[in-house]
Amino acid sequence: MISQRSRWISRVLLILYFVLLMLPIYWMFNMSLKTNEEILSGLTLWPQNPTLANYQTIFTDPSWYSGYINSITYTVMNTVMSVVIALPAAYAFSRYSFMGDNHLFFWLLTNRMAPAAVFLLPFFQLYQNIGLYDTHLAVALAHMLFNVPLAVWILEGFMSGIPKEIDETAAIDGYSFPRFFFRVFIPLIRSGIGVTAFFCFMFSWVELLLARTLTSVNAKPIAATMTRTVSASGIDWGLLAAAGILTIIPGALVIYFVRNYIAKGFALGRV
Amino acid sequence: MQKTKNNRAWWLVLPVVLSVSFSAIIPLMTVVNYSVQDIFGPGQRVFVGNEWFIDTIRDTDLHAAFFRNLLFSFEVLLIEIPLGVLIALALPPKGWKASLCLVLIALPLLIPWNVVGTMWQIFGRADIGLGGYVINEVLGFDYNYTLDANDAWYTILVMDVWHWTPLVALLAYAGLRAIPDAYYQAARIDAASPWAVFRYIQLPKLRGVLLIALLLRFMDSFMIYTEPFVVTGGGPGNATTFLSIFLSKLAVGQFDLGPAAAFSLIYFLFIQFFCYIFFTIINNTGNGAGGSGDNRQGEAS
Repeated sequence: MISQRSRWISRVLLILYFVLLMLPIYWMFNMSLKTNEEILSGLTLWPQNPTLANYQTIFTDPSWYSGYINSITYTVMNTVMSVVIALPAAYAFSRYSFMGDNHLFFWLLTNRMAPAAVFLLPFFQLYQNIGLYDTHLAVALAHMLFNVPLAVWILEGFMSGIPKEIDETAAIDGYSFPRFFFRVFIPLIRSGIGVTAFFCFMFSWVELLLARTLTSVNAKPIAATMTRTVSASGIDWGLLAAAGILTIIPGALVIYFVRNYIAKGFALGRV
Repeated sequence: MQKTKNNRAWWLVLPVVLSVSFSAIIPLMTVVNYSVQDIFGPGQRVFVGNEWFIDTIRDTDLHAAFFRNLLFSFEVLLIEIPLGVLIALALPPKGWKASLCLVLIALPLLIPWNVVGTMWQIFGRADIGLGGYVINEVLGFDYNYTLDANDAWYTILVMDVWHWTPLVALLAYAGLRAIPDAYYQAARIDAASPWAVFRYIQLPKLRGVLLIALLLRFMDSFMIYTEPFVVTGGGPGNATTFLSIFLSKLAVGQFDLGPAAAFSLIYFLFIQFFCYIFFTIINNTGNGAGGSGDNRQGEAS
C-alpha cells in the first residue's frame, strides 16, 4: 500500500527527529563529564578528559543528595495517597450514576487545569498555618491537587473497559463488596493502576513551583537545590549539568516498566 | 455501559472530594478574600470592593501578556499537533523497536520542568551550547536569546515543541493502534491511496485522542511558567512574559496581593471556561455518528 520510497523517507525523518530529541539531553550529559575549565575553554562534541568529579560532589555532599531523597520521598508519598484515594472514586464514576456526578467529574478536571501560579501564596499561608510548612507531607498533599483528578480520570478509563458482568457474577457467587474489590477487581486493572502510579509519580516529579514554595530546608527538592550552582564566581556548569542528568534517571527507570501501556495511559485509558 | 443509579456512590468519592477540596477550595477562598481588600500589613486591611478587578481589566501590560500567551498557545498547537501525528504515523507498529521508540519519545516528559529550562539555557548559549554555537558560527546568524526578543520567543517555542510534542505523538500513537485491522483491509480492497487512508480512516479515528491532546496542550501552554522563567526570566523586556510569569511578578515580586488575587481569579475563570468547552466537546464526540469511541462512555457500550 505504501511505496518503498515513502517508507524510507519517513524512516529517515523519524531518525532525524530522534537525533534532535536526544541532542539537548546528550549535550547536558556531555557537559556533566567535563570540568568547568574544559566547558569554558571551547566547544567539544565529547569530553576530552572525562571526569566523574561532578557526580562525586553530588553523591558525597549531603546538601546535594538530600535533595534527591526529599524529592523521591514526597513523590512516592503523593503517588501512594493519590492512587489509594482515587481507586474507590474511579470505581464509583465508572459503575454508578449519582446525583451531580458529571458536575463533580468536571470540577475535579478543572483542578488539573488550574494554573499553579494562582495558588502559590495561599498555599504558602495555608501550610504555614497548619504547621506543615517545609515537610514532605505538605508537598505530597499540595501535589494531590492535580494528581488525584488525573488518577481518577485514568483509572475510570481503565475500569470502564472491564465489563460490568464481572461485578454481577461476583455478587451472585457470594463475594462481599470489599472482597470482590480487592480479590477480583484490583487484579483485573493491575496495568491501569501501574500506569496511574507512573503518571502520578511523573507529574509530582517534574513539578517544581509548588514544591519550592512549600519547602525551605528539610524537604527541599533537588530541582530547587540546583539553583545553588549560581554563585559569585559564576555558574558551576558541570555540577548543574550533572544534577540535571541525575533528575532524568528516576523517570527513565520507571518508564521502562510501563513501556507497553504508556501510550494507553497518555490517552487516559480511553483507547 | 448502563450505569446503576445509586446515590450511595458518594461515599466512594468522598475521600477524593475532601482531599482535593483541602487544596483547592481553601486557597481559592483566600484568593477571593485578597481580591477585595487592600493589604498593607498583618492586621491592616481595607475593603476595596471591585477596585482591583477594574484595575486589572484595564491594565495594558496584562492585555499584552494575555495576547502574547494566546499567540504562544496558538503557535504551539499549530506545530505540535500535526508534528505529533506525523511522528505517530512514522513509528513502527510493534516489536522491540516500537517499545524503544516509545521510551525515548517519552523521555522529555519525565524531566523536571526547570531542568528542561536549564538544558535549553545551556544548549542555546553561543559560547558553551551546541545549538547556539551552530546557529552563530556555522550558519552565521546573529542569535542571542538573552538580548533579542525574537530569538527569545523562538527559543521558548522550540523548547516547548521539543518538550511536549512527545505527548501528542504518544496520544496519536495510542489512537492509531486502536484502529481495527478490518478498516485497513477494506481500504486495501478499495485500493485506497495512503492519503485517503489517512483522511478517511485514521484521522476520524484519532479525533478523540487529538481532542484530549488539544485540551492538555492548550491548558498547559496557557499556564506555562517554569521553563521560560528559567531560560529568559520573562525577558528581554517583556518579550516572553506569559500570564503566569506576569502573575508571579505581581504577587511575589511587587507583593501587590490585591491586584494579583483579582488577576488570579480572572485567569482561573478564563481557564475554567475553556476547560468547560473542551470537556463538553470531548463528552459529545462519541455520541454522534462516526464518533471515535474514545470518550468516557464509549468504550464498553
